[in-house]
Amino acid sequence: MLELKNISKMAGGEYHIYPTDLTLQRGSLNVLLGPTLSGKTSLMRLMAGLDKPTSGTIHVDGVDVTGQPVQQRNVAMVYQQFINYPALTVYENIASPMRIAGKDAATIDREVHKASELLRLTPYLQRTPLSLSGGQQQRTALARALVKKATLVLLDEPLANLDYKLREELREELPKIFAQSGAIFVYATTEPSEALLLGGNTATLSEGRVTQFGETIAIYRQPVDLLTAKTFADPPLNTLGLVKSGQRFLLADRHVLDVPTHLAGVADGPLTVAFHPHHLSLSATPYAAKPLQARTLVSEIAGSESFIHVEFAGARWVILAHGIHDIDPDKEIDVYIDTRHLMAFDAQGLSLLAHASMAA
Amino acid sequence: MARINLDHIRHAYSPAARAAGDYALKEVHHEWADGGAYALLGPSGCGKTTLLNIISGLINPSDGKILFDGVDVTNLSTQARNIAQVFQFPVVYDTMSVYDNLAFPLRNRHVPEDQVHRRVTEILEMTDLAAMAKKTAQGLTADQKQKISLGRGLVRADVNAILFDEPLTVIDPHMKWVLRSQLKRLHRQSGFTMVYVTHDQTEALTFADKVVVMYDGQIVQIGTPAELFEKPSHTFVGYFIGSPGMNVLPAAVNGATATVGDQSIALPGAPKLSGQSRIELGIRPEFVSLGREGMPISISKVEDIGRQKIIRTRFCDHPMSIVVAEDTDIPSDPKVTFAPQAIGIYADSWRVGMEAK
Repeated sequence: MLELKNISKMAGGEYHIYPTDLTLQRGSLNVLLGPTLSGKTSLMRLMAGLDKPTSGTIHVDGVDVTGQPVQQRNVAMVYQQFINYPALTVYENIASPMRIAGKDAATIDREVHKASELLRLTPYLQRTPLSLSGGQQQRTALARALVKKATLVLLDEPLANLDYKLREELREELPKIFAQSGAIFVYATTEPSEALLLGGNTATLSEGRVTQFGETIAIYRQPVDLLTAKTFADPPLNTLGLVKSGQRFLLADRHVLDVPTHLAGVADGPLTVAFHPHHLSLSATPYAAKPLQARTLVSEIAGSESFIHVEFAGARWVILAHGIHDIDPDKEIDVYIDTRHLMAFDAQGLSLLAHASMAA
Repeated sequence: MARINLDHIRHAYSPAARAAGDYALKEVHHEWADGGAYALLGPSGCGKTTLLNIISGLINPSDGKILFDGVDVTNLSTQARNIAQVFQFPVVYDTMSVYDNLAFPLRNRHVPEDQVHRRVTEILEMTDLAAMAKKTAQGLTADQKQKISLGRGLVRADVNAILFDEPLTVIDPHMKWVLRSQLKRLHRQSGFTMVYVTHDQTEALTFADKVVVMYDGQIVQIGTPAELFEKPSHTFVGYFIGSPGMNVLPAAVNGATATVGDQSIALPGAPKLSGQSRIELGIRPEFVSLGREGMPISISKVEDIGRQKIIRTRFCDHPMSIVVAEDTDIPSDPKVTFAPQAIGIYADSWRVGMEAK
């Protein structure tokens, strides 16, 4: 178990990481999700012992390791860049941490073969890394991290430099590989879709703060605040300011929506609602019955589906629609919100839904 | 702007490779329309960057000619071809302001300062950099710098073409959405001929009118995003476009019926086969419907990815993925049917036509 207790990091009088508490279990996969400069790498460096925290303590299985340098901790790291020993074979690259640890040849051989099977590197063991594809090079780095039997394995955007399709394959394999190890995995990414595909737990980061931590799909569905909801949205989240009045939402231009039952308990007054692009549609459904007049900006066709960018009352929204919808710019069209999936936030950006369900 | 003709272009990286017939880029013979938005899509090593470099003039092809508006430019330098390029990593002058960075290509060509100002102001607006116009580029983040590179690529109005080499790689997902749609709008407004190299299907499909899919040194399909999705002409296109890609199942065909394992599947017509050895049936995960009727499957894993679920299954002992909407219930005794019109038959990896019934 890795525990961060009130950990912070300041540099030049500014917080890079605001005071943070986080507990990660053994055998778990933990995604750090946030844009560039949100603090993912800073947090990983603190976890690894590469940087000393300004405040707080770090505990591994109950033992305070705060002052310990990285060499004395049992940590493995994989970076965005493919880092291997170019002069060594793939076999020796994987074996290297065990050679340093003084393991016997039989153990090394067994572990190298086990890891290379798992990462599908067996045919390439006698090659050198630079003669391999990017995907195979990164598999080599992953295999080396696994055989180290580290307590903590930190992966800093490990798939960012790989082709789209290779990423897809590795993303599908990684959770299985992680499940077979007892380590604590921490995986940094800027991509919400990657967090969802990996599953496990997610901590969303924004400007040096962990805004929420919990089961990945639960955070996607029930973010505690608007910042988390936006961090965890790809395509970007659609938002709309409105006023709740009894059982009606009053929108700009005298538009009115019925308040969906899950938001019936929210107090009257101004609030912000948010919804994902696949909950905004071009045609009416039983759950999305009221037309809103929007103006089209641009349509993007992605094969099986289309992204139609529109403007409504000064807000920019994206519609994710099935099929091909190539709508010209500057057209007035009716759009429909599936209100069953609306999220609602107060003036401070806190989720009103989370509060309502907590109160209940 | 220019029409681009690739006239029997081939490229090998050494005379020895050429003599051995080992071409990194196999024969390409196409005409790309003036004002078109093209994406070159494929994995690392497929030849897409080689093709882009041939268009830009960084590589002189071993065979064939390249023409802009009918004029042979094969032996012209990059500079003489009058094109703009945007690369994967930002190329900016750190000591110059954002404004001066954008103005640089125009001032270099002695464009009058009032026109420079008008154009740079437009680009600043479009790239969302107006607030930092006077700042030096030095202190900016990687994605801000890349926006300057993009803006500089777009600033000249008189180029023959704009070439983009994986321009959004260093950009965060949210900013990608903004830049992609701005680029698309700009293409509509400006009528620039644009060629965009990427390995990311979403970028390629959303950006381009025509996507050029490359695999192993050759173009396997040129089509609209819808064509690539609905009628992939090669199993590689089926695999590479779509997440997950198309299911490809070994099959036998008899008249208008395909057989996979012990299951018979009705086809919309009889495939026109002519003695090819390897026959496969392709069906996209989106066109497999899950229910209580149809052919049996076993489910190995359900991945809830938010707006939809990916169901990993085995069908006749072959892996098969199914995509369903987020609120779909999964029956305890799951069966599947295939939408007949969405089935493709592939012979030696290439899609074959079907006789109408």
